Amino acid sequence: MQLVEGEREEILACVKEVLGNNSKTRENLIPILQQVQKKLGYLPALAMEKIAEGVSVPAVDIYGLTTFYNQFRLNPPGKHQVKVCLGTACYMVGGDITLESFERRMEIKEGETSPDRRYSLDRVACVGCCTLAPVVVVDDQVEGKVTPTRVDGIMLALEENGESPGEQKSGTEEDGNNGEN
Amino acid sequence: MSEHITVNIDDQEIKARPGDKLLWAALENNIYIPHLCAIKEEKRPNSSCRLCFVEIEGVSRPVTACSRQVQEGMVVKTRSPQVDRLVKTAFELLLSDHNLNCRECPANRNCALQKIAKERGIKLKHNRLKPFNRTFELDDSPDEFALDRSRCVLCGQCVWADRVGAEAWIFGFAKRGIDRVLTTFNNLPLAELSCNECTLCVDACPVGALYYKKD
Repeated sequence: MQLVEGEREEILACVKEVLGNNSKTRENLIPILQQVQKKLGYLPALAMEKIAEGVSVPAVDIYGLTTFYNQFRLNPPGKHQVKVCLGTACYMVGGDITLESFERRMEIKEGETSPDRRYSLDRVACVGCCTLAPVVVVDDQVEGKVTPTRVDGIMLALEENGESPGEQKSGTEEDGNNGEN
Repeated sequence: MSEHITVNIDDQEIKARPGDKLLWAALENNIYIPHLCAIKEEKRPNSSCRLCFVEIEGVSRPVTACSRQVQEGMVVKTRSPQVDRLVKTAFELLLSDHNLNCRECPANRNCALQKIAKERGIKLKHNRLKPFNRTFELDDSPDEFALDRSRCVLCGQCVWADRVGAEAWIFGFAKRGIDRVLTTFNNLPLAELSCNECTLCVDACPVGALYYKKD
């Protein structure tokens, strides 16, 4: 993932601050990673490299750790975050098909972010409304009974006005400008 | 370390040093026990390949020979129906996501999997378990060697060679479960890292995952 302008400095400052607040021991590695992720929203490769230097752990081990645990994400959250539920109920009624439809439409895989950072696609375990299965959460808005046709509808809505359907979010003044699709 | 202890393996009396692991004591005396992940110098073995099971008299279940220290008077059997079953299943699991195109594999006839299959009479085929094909990009960025992860058995021999032998810290493992994969930092091609191509990892690979390029 390409860093956006000014992001490099932000990452370096953030890692420096977090490393300053923690003792740089191997045992503190996970808390350090969690704090950096909380601040940046994800763990860029640059941050992992700098943490590796600070804690004196090989960078490849940090990469191994962050790919082992589901709580860490290595791609930035997109402007529009789509979370597809693959809990038992959603999975049984074809949540995986819904996920595949999103993957095809967004041209990214689960857990990834589109290169323009417009969309990110994730899977979640259960949203808590299994009667609506298969469930998809689009920018905190719950969508029920999402068939592949509905996926097209959701994507169209996102592409057209940059808003998640049925929701008017504040602070979206630049949404219209970015909708190049 | 002058004291030797005697262990009975498959009705053969062998001498071993106290503290030795059973697996290496057996191998040094030409008694074959299948193994992939075992590293002699490692103090705490991974015991992750699950291939070196043996039965010890007085121990109710088969144990991994790589993690068991020899004891005076130990009576060990390297084969038993229980052991064979465990090893066969572990082996089939390893094969289930292994690229079995041996003919095109650079390690053909010089492969740890082929050796185990021959020793234990297991076919190198997907039989009981459905093949699970994973697609990987071939990393042929280094000048001298290449890495084909579809042949990797995740034994960790290259990781050990890379870290203890070369002190390069290039290789590690990422993800988990069936997605577990040999990786570099951020999955970068080897040529983009501080790899100086010492090729210790290639020599350590028991299968054809890391191999020298022809010419």
